[in-house]
Amino acid sequence: MKHLLTTQGLAKDDAILLLDTAAQMAATQSRENKKLPTLRGRTVVNLFYEDSTRTRISFETAAKRLSADVINFSAKGSSVSKGESLKDTALTLHAMGADAVVVRHSASGAAHQLAHGGWLDAGVLNAGDGMHQHPTQALLDAFTIRRHLVGGVGHDGRGTDTSAGADLAGLRVAVVGDVLHSRVARSNVYLLHTLGAEVTLVAPPTLVPVGVETWPCRVSYHLDETLEQWQPDAVMMLRVQRERMSGGSGAFFPSPMEYSRKFGFDARRLAVLPDHAIVLHPGPMNRGLEISAAAADHERSVIVEQVANGVAVRMAALYLLLSGETGQTTDERNAQ
Amino acid sequence: MSTASPQAYVLRGARPYGTDPVDVVLADGVIAALGAPGTVAVPDGAHEVDATGHVLLPGLVDLHTHLREPGREDAETVFSGTRAAAAGGFTAVHAMANTTPTQDTAGVVEQVYRLGQEAGWVDVHPVGAVTVGLGGEKLAELGAMADSAARVRVFSDDGKCVHDPVLMRRALEYVKAFDGVVAQHAQEPRLTEGAQMNEGVVSAQIGLTGWPAVAEESIIARDVLLAEHVGSRLHVCHLSTAGSVEIVRWAKGRGIDVTAEVTPHHLVLTDELARDYDPVFKVNPPLRTAADVEAVREGLADGTIDIVATDHAPHPVEDKDCEWSAAAFGMTGLETALSVVQQTMVDTGRMTWADVARVLSESPARIGRIDTAQGRPIALGEPANLTLVDPGATRAIDGRTQVTASANTPFGGMELPGRVVATFLRGRATVLDGAVADQMEGATR
Repeated sequence: MKHLLTTQGLAKDDAILLLDTAAQMAATQSRENKKLPTLRGRTVVNLFYEDSTRTRISFETAAKRLSADVINFSAKGSSVSKGESLKDTALTLHAMGADAVVVRHSASGAAHQLAHGGWLDAGVLNAGDGMHQHPTQALLDAFTIRRHLVGGVGHDGRGTDTSAGADLAGLRVAVVGDVLHSRVARSNVYLLHTLGAEVTLVAPPTLVPVGVETWPCRVSYHLDETLEQWQPDAVMMLRVQRERMSGGSGAFFPSPMEYSRKFGFDARRLAVLPDHAIVLHPGPMNRGLEISAAAADHERSVIVEQVANGVAVRMAALYLLLSGETGQTTDERNAQ
Repeated sequence: MSTASPQAYVLRGARPYGTDPVDVVLADGVIAALGAPGTVAVPDGAHEVDATGHVLLPGLVDLHTHLREPGREDAETVFSGTRAAAAGGFTAVHAMANTTPTQDTAGVVEQVYRLGQEAGWVDVHPVGAVTVGLGGEKLAELGAMADSAARVRVFSDDGKCVHDPVLMRRALEYVKAFDGVVAQHAQEPRLTEGAQMNEGVVSAQIGLTGWPAVAEESIIARDVLLAEHVGSRLHVCHLSTAGSVEIVRWAKGRGIDVTAEVTPHHLVLTDELARDYDPVFKVNPPLRTAADVEAVREGLADGTIDIVATDHAPHPVEDKDCEWSAAAFGMTGLETALSVVQQTMVDTGRMTWADVARVLSESPARIGRIDTAQGRPIALGEPANLTLVDPGATRAIDGRTQVTASANTPFGGMELPGRVVATFLRGRATVLDGAVADQMEGATR
């Protein structure tokens, strides 16, 4: 892998390799000395055009635990319409000799353009581009689901993960909330499908994109019905942006209370699920809106574990990008 | 300026509208002779043009060109844009009003008109803004622009929609006094806030805010009904969806005085091209689906769509070499329009060259009310505004080598059929042997 830009089109073998490598990385993280020498002398740039303390820290931690040199380039304020252009930033990073660029940008496609614009040689790792993709989030979600529902790790995180090499065949995952604006939803739909899971998106019709019919998933407008009749093995709640409910006639739903009643996840809805089911959320949570405190803090919630798994998955992605044997993308390999 | 009378030309074996070969003599700005090969009297010193196999069309007329001057001379000037127009076979262009300052007063439209005359490549007919500063709030002085030296007949806020229904009604009514037309950029603004591309399968996957077809169709539906109510004529700019074609077809069936245009790019390109986020494919209205492409081709072939207009929209490199959402809307088109029409409509057997003359010359001239000078028949005594095209040629498109000052062609790297061999404006060659003249004789800059 030269870049990790999207889960759409990611080969199943590559996805499982990422998860297996993440499992190996995770195993090293229980040691007293968590640092590996793998990427010594390599430079990873965290290029963040959007505020994201969590994701940036996760990538920074991952790179440092692999002994890479990390440069944080916060370009917040360099909005897409003014200030230094993406191209000039890319040329700067190229001149500085970056080996990998982790990019978060409000513009869909920014990571793709960095990778393919001819401005930069470095591997590009998409840390979220607009409404498009956030592949490491989907990978950490899949990793978390696999550990618990395939690998036999308990709700408490105890037990040995026996899922190496496995996919998610037959598992049912409900993804609930603002699908329209969500790069997390897009990334998960494609990755989970590739790994053999079934996905149902649950949202009010206003928060489902026109054109969703080609996605490899089902769509439901009813959370209770989905939980009761479809009995998902995992429920992934999406963050609802506060601005989506304001805007007068442009609001996507009538009120936070109504949203919460119809699409919020709480202890009552949790009780409907099978006993083994787990609850995920990419964070940061709006407690009381899309998820209640009781559900978020329940023993079957793996939300905090997702954060730890995020570091392992990002270590795996950086490792595979930077120590890859070929430096070619899957596409390029296939073309030859 | 070397001779008192301008150079005469004889086009040997040209095929008017693609029909049987004739010899055509151009002298004193008009078609001086026309007849079977070898039968016409040729003036001494006439320049011989071997037009064997070439199709002769009336000079092309673009109803929708952005020349960018005044204000964005970094993208295009009247000089460079009209020279590109000549290279594309055009003899007249309508220069859209979204300049800086806006073409919303007699002074600015006269400036653009004069710049066109000074450049000398094509006739430049400024389009007047419907509203002051394209602001959509207050009618511009339409009458003053109509009465000016530029004799404006086409009014448009292109780039913005005249979305206020009352203001649109007033504009439609008001321009009747001088036989004007409102050319509407049909885009419901609330339905397209932040819109980046066609709303559909591709936008859903690649995460760009959608520009739904209904935002175009609802405005067209409203406007044809307004035009019917007040008995005015309406022109629909760059319609792009199957639904828009149906609405215009319905309106024409009712006898409503509406005309419609399609761009070359909407005849061939689709929203699938957005997948790599190359902003060269970002345009407004956006590239639509293959079904829409088929519908606009059908509409053009059956006359529902009256004309092809380029919406030539040059932009400097920095406005395209950036994130998709930060990039400017628009693509160049003057130098590829005829080739795209040939490829999509003629080579597919859906239209004849006479139809091409209709949609790229006669009808746009009539809509713009310049049909006493442009879009004329190829006949004895008519103004010698002519385009000679070699339909058997193919050429590779490269934005960097085009005549326009900007490189944002969506056809870069493609091979297109047809090549403009010569263009004549009132008998003077603006393009000859496929090469566009460096300077027009008599031009003042």
